[in-house]
Amino acid sequence: MAWNLDSDRPIYAQIVEIIQIQIVSGLYKPGDKLPSVRELAAVASVNPNTMQRAFAELERSGLIQTQRTTGRTVTTDQSLIEQIRQSLAREQIERFLAQMKGLGYSRDAIIQILDQLSSNYEEE
Amino acid sequence: MENLVEIKDLTKQYQKRICALQNLSLTIPRGKIIGLLGPNGSGKSTLIKLVNGLLTPTQGEILINGQKPGIESKKVISYLPERTYFHNSMKISELLDFFFDFYTDFNRERATQMLASLQIDTGAMLKTLSKGTKEKVQLILVMSRDAQLYILDEPIAGVDPAARDYILRTILTNYNPEASILLSTHLISDIENILDEVIFLKNGSVVLQSSVEDLRDNVGKSVDTYFREVFSC
Repeated sequence: MAWNLDSDRPIYAQIVEIIQIQIVSGLYKPGDKLPSVRELAAVASVNPNTMQRAFAELERSGLIQTQRTTGRTVTTDQSLIEQIRQSLAREQIERFLAQMKGLGYSRDAIIQILDQLSSNYEEE
Repeated sequence: MENLVEIKDLTKQYQKRICALQNLSLTIPRGKIIGLLGPNGSGKSTLIKLVNGLLTPTQGEILINGQKPGIESKKVISYLPERTYFHNSMKISELLDFFFDFYTDFNRERATQMLASLQIDTGAMLKTLSKGTKEKVQLILVMSRDAQLYILDEPIAGVDPAARDYILRTILTNYNPEASILLSTHLISDIENILDEVIFLKNGSVVLQSSVEDLRDNVGKSVDTYFREVFSC
């Protein structure tokens, strides 16, 4: 199944986000080996050079590392993974807040409805 | 390393009246998947036929690995024409023999494997196959060569979306990273995620050659949307 990507913004940036989420959510655990560029490009149905560029970006942030012998692995630095998790969460919340504001919700009203609905969510 | 293909000031006229290509210059680097896009009659097929040595230029020059189209270039170019040239009464197994005899770089095992994964019976005669299946067979044969340049003229037009995904994956996994693919299509949205670069042709000239990621970055649009804008009627 090809990954769900929008064609109107750079594909590599979207791949970076998807792999970040896969690492943060534990699909790839710290120290896990990642598939090769070509394998992952085929799975995602994207150009291998695009996948390569996404990997380069992830390497720059330190989230993945390239070892000469073992290929690419996920960092074992838990605090870095936590940091990425928080920055992804912040992005989601900012987007959510902007949309709620568009619906005319005040800060207090947002907190109230969030409190109500999230209690149901935990019970599920 | 030199570019795989260099085209300089290429002009092609048909019957001295119709100018299909006009002073066209472009280069095809190694290791790229390039989309050749343009409206009907923009010169895509003419360009492809010239690179394959099936037509001769009126003016200008085409160099493949530094040489003009000929026997040497045909050894390294694997070409999928827009129409099939296989005889209808041939069996698929005979086609495999045919390719194996003809091209030293044909990887028969790979072709057999792909045919099996699409559940195509190699004992079947071509005329008993649907249009889509015929296209799949032809593409599998072309992609099973270890070529330096694959030229695919409308490779996915006649196949269903599920097979289209399979074919794109096939293209991605089977070509060697030093090789390039030049493909022409109208189904831009289906293929744009696998492209490195696009070339837009209009009235026989190149109006754009760009990396697709740069294009998305610069105009904030998909190649498909941008194409519709540039060529809006």
